Amino acid sequence: MSVELFGLSFNPWADAAIRLQIIVGFMTVVVMGLIYAERKILARFHQRIGPQRTGPKGTLQSVADAVKLVGKEDLRPAAADPWTFELAPYFVFIPIFLGFVIVPWVQGWNVRILELGILYFVAISSISIVGWLMAGWGSDNRYAIIGALRAAAQGISYELPLVLALLSAAMIAGSFQLDRIVEFQDTVPILVWQPLGFFIFFVAALAELNRTPFDIPVGESEIVGGPFVEYSGIRWSMFFLAEYAGMLIMAFVGSSVFLGGYAWPFGEELGLPFQILISAAKGGLFIFLIFWVRASVPRLRIDQLMGYSWKVLLPFSFLQIMINGLVLVYDLPHVVLLVTGVALLGALFWVTDGIARRPLQPRRKLARVLAVQESEG
Amino acid sequence: MDSETALYVNYLPVLLGGVVGFILIFTALIGSRLLAPFSKERQKLTTYECGMLPIRRASTNIGMRFYLYVILFIVFDVEAVFIFPWAMSFLGIGAFAYWTMVLFITILALSLGYAWKKGALQWR
Repeated sequence: MSVELFGLSFNPWADAAIRLQIIVGFMTVVVMGLIYAERKILARFHQRIGPQRTGPKGTLQSVADAVKLVGKEDLRPAAADPWTFELAPYFVFIPIFLGFVIVPWVQGWNVRILELGILYFVAISSISIVGWLMAGWGSDNRYAIIGALRAAAQGISYELPLVLALLSAAMIAGSFQLDRIVEFQDTVPILVWQPLGFFIFFVAALAELNRTPFDIPVGESEIVGGPFVEYSGIRWSMFFLAEYAGMLIMAFVGSSVFLGGYAWPFGEELGLPFQILISAAKGGLFIFLIFWVRASVPRLRIDQLMGYSWKVLLPFSFLQIMINGLVLVYDLPHVVLLVTGVALLGALFWVTDGIARRPLQPRRKLARVLAVQESEG
Repeated sequence: MDSETALYVNYLPVLLGGVVGFILIFTALIGSRLLAPFSKERQKLTTYECGMLPIRRASTNIGMRFYLYVILFIVFDVEAVFIFPWAMSFLGIGAFAYWTMVLFITILALSLGYAWKKGALQWR
């Protein structure tokens, strides 16, 4: 029993260990690059220059940050629960790291091709919510526990739309295996048949990653960093490593499920270098969109945030699944999917716009409150 | 490769990935332990607050509204798990399987509507 790797055959244990080691190196380098890229790109959006002192054009900024964080004092508050506090970084990071097992970077370049790839991905990545809760509960700090509860509430609420959007794409492709989904898209990416699904996936992915506008768990201006208030030094940076690694995985899973991964356009014909190019370009585009949204959209209120998942995204994703089923069962032309998808996407934008304009309290009630205050004061 | 061996070979990295992830964080923490300074000052170990010591433990009371969302989440997550095998097999069974799932989703949509009407989805 042996597995092929670099043209040599290895024992499965050795093979898995080598592949995971490559992933560790790749992940560390890419995460450092992403942190630099985010700071530089956000600076552009804000009309600033961004990091520029460390190394040429500030490229060594992440390295400098890492060195600083390793050398920083690692405190554990006296009131903290030692086991929960110490174990939380592991519980946040390991589930996200396990997500790398299924990511299809390029044809044949992956740790493993799992038959239930998508189910595995959604199952494993949601475990890190437990780590967030542990971090908040273990720190014994009011800000931390509020942040952790918000993270948990948001994580579980947006998990459903995320799962259902991935599922609707998998229905079109007829498989849960990510490589087969990518190969299905060699002529037309699933984005064309599932524009609504892609939008729901993107929004839910932002929420799962706790990125702006869904970053109320770490809302700096109100709860000073959420679950990580009490963490410092390298332990704190592990949460950030997990966040950026999660972003990397989400971007590549999203681009292979919806944007055609390495297969579209002409990935099969033009060979490996071209596949690397389009795969990296799509993943990079996805990550750039995340940064772009961060620069453009203000943070949501918690009632808007929870309501948006349950009242808007969830019904729309169920509708998408039912339409997919109808088209597949009665063998209707796929154009129906495109038309209904675009129509539903328009409806979703219209609903979202309506919600965004609605004030927190009904206007009449607000007017009454103001009138009472005026008569008293 | 028979299916049992394939299962073993495929899910081995999942097991090893846990170990590798653990080692990654553990070595980082050890590195910090070796390099970082440590002070014995007790004031540094107090809980972060606005200049006062917090009263009671923070992690005792949790808002009821979080509980409602968790209950709803369990209902719909179980539903999602039901839809997963259906999504791959309904084409083999045909229209009957499709309409059964439509009925199932309708019942759940009604329950979501009930929760909505009762105000369980409204954050207060």
